[in-house]
Amino acid sequence: MDLGDHLFRRESGRLIAALTRVFGIHNLALAEDVVQDAFCRAIEVWPFRGIPDNPSAWLMATARHRAIDVLRRERTARTFAPEVGRLLESEWTLVPMVDEALAASAIKDDVLRMMFSCCHPRLSEDAQIALILHILCGFGIDETAAAFLSSEAAMYKRLSRGKKQLASSNHLFDLTDADFTARLSAVQRALYLLFNEGYHGASAESAVRAELCREAMRLTMLLIDHPLTATPSSRALAALMHLHAARVPGRLDAEGNLSPLFEQDRSRWDSTLIEQGLALLNKSATGPEATEYHVEAAIAAVHARAVCTEDTEWNQIVALYDMLMTIRPSPVVALNRAIAVAQSEGAERGLEEIRAIADADRIAEYPFYYAALGELEHRCHRDEIARGHFHAALARARNPMEQRYLQQRLDSCR
Amino acid sequence: MSEFVYLYRSGARATRSPEQAQQEMQRWMTWLKDLTDKGHIKDPGHPLERSGKLVTGKSRSVTDGPFAEAKDVVGGYTLVQANDLDQAVKLAAGCPIFEIADGTVEVRPVMRMG
Repeated sequence: MDLGDHLFRRESGRLIAALTRVFGIHNLALAEDVVQDAFCRAIEVWPFRGIPDNPSAWLMATARHRAIDVLRRERTARTFAPEVGRLLESEWTLVPMVDEALAASAIKDDVLRMMFSCCHPRLSEDAQIALILHILCGFGIDETAAAFLSSEAAMYKRLSRGKKQLASSNHLFDLTDADFTARLSAVQRALYLLFNEGYHGASAESAVRAELCREAMRLTMLLIDHPLTATPSSRALAALMHLHAARVPGRLDAEGNLSPLFEQDRSRWDSTLIEQGLALLNKSATGPEATEYHVEAAIAAVHARAVCTEDTEWNQIVALYDMLMTIRPSPVVALNRAIAVAQSEGAERGLEEIRAIADADRIAEYPFYYAALGELEHRCHRDEIARGHFHAALARARNPMEQRYLQQRLDSCR
Repeated sequence: MSEFVYLYRSGARATRSPEQAQQEMQRWMTWLKDLTDKGHIKDPGHPLERSGKLVTGKSRSVTDGPFAEAKDVVGGYTLVQANDLDQAVKLAAGCPIFEIADGTVEVRPVMRMG
């Protein structure tokens, strides 16, 4: 019998979130120990006695047992969660308290609370995403480091600093807190960045990237499942992820080479994800607020509806990018807008728009800035200039996949 | 065919990420399944708790475990069948326990009657 893919990773996040409710966030390390112990027991028992019918329930029961043990033994030596402290003092209420925390419905809330706790305003966005990936998605320190192409030592530092910050907050973030709205947008932003890291990130290994996208989607769906967090912007964020994820199968050609949007075989896009994404986008269109997620999802929806590049309504896409530039202006958004302008009004116009990008120095290390210039110069039959841009892009390629792609574009300029 | 007991000692528990833990489990399952498919497993055996009690001497004095250093504690056993000690040792060499520091498999022939 085979365990599901990444079962332990998923269970790890759920268990830590639930145990932290009982132990208190300041005892995060203790919760991690208990979960580690449950995995060790599983390794020792399952190969010899067979995988239990319900592996998740087995892990939960083992963690429960161990947690009760710890609470009994350290009742006087440690303080646990202040909210439930009293209940842990008496044998009568201790076990029911633990069982309540480990009930399936409570765990969903606990995962959300933990997600909100990880997005503490005093933590940088980088630290927030790293904490989410480490604590809630069960990525080890080395695996988290690999996902962000960071060194293990740097990631260790970032995570321990983040955990210290978490431990200093007295309790898990309360979803009814007054700061809720501010935190929700930080959580959405973190999940958006996590997804982006998987979708556009520098890591070449497609398995890692696909998993980051999947995890970001899984956590975003948790937002949609909870009445407090199921806001139009959460739905728009989920729509955006679905519509982008739908294109993943088309992004690599048969040889595993990067294929640009213009050349993708659109029959390979995932039609189920597109449908789900469009439905989510529909549902997100309530209330007065049009967030960046709404606009980005709308752009992805225009692409998803088009049968081919020529069929794409580029005017509409340019208009949406205009909107995005007013909500969250950035040189990358401006670059994408310029590419859409080139599609609808010709390459020369696109080049003008690229040259007009404010803060272009902020994307001076972004290979696709030069690739876009090269592409448009190539279309204007100025191959000499185009080659120069592609050389600049190649020098900044972040992985072999980008390298191969840019080399191939360079070779097409003769 | 003769019978042998494998005694597993895995040392102190290593820290693993959830993914590493799952992969390690998968390796154990694969190894044991392979031995089972080839008819070598007489009894997969049981894992043992790391602590217990030790009863010693005429006075039957009882002391708490652990009885030895972590690396000396038997973590479990399996009863296998093999042609001879050589083959039993070769089969043991595939055990995933060797991928962790201090991991050992002690291979002991079961004494034959008569």
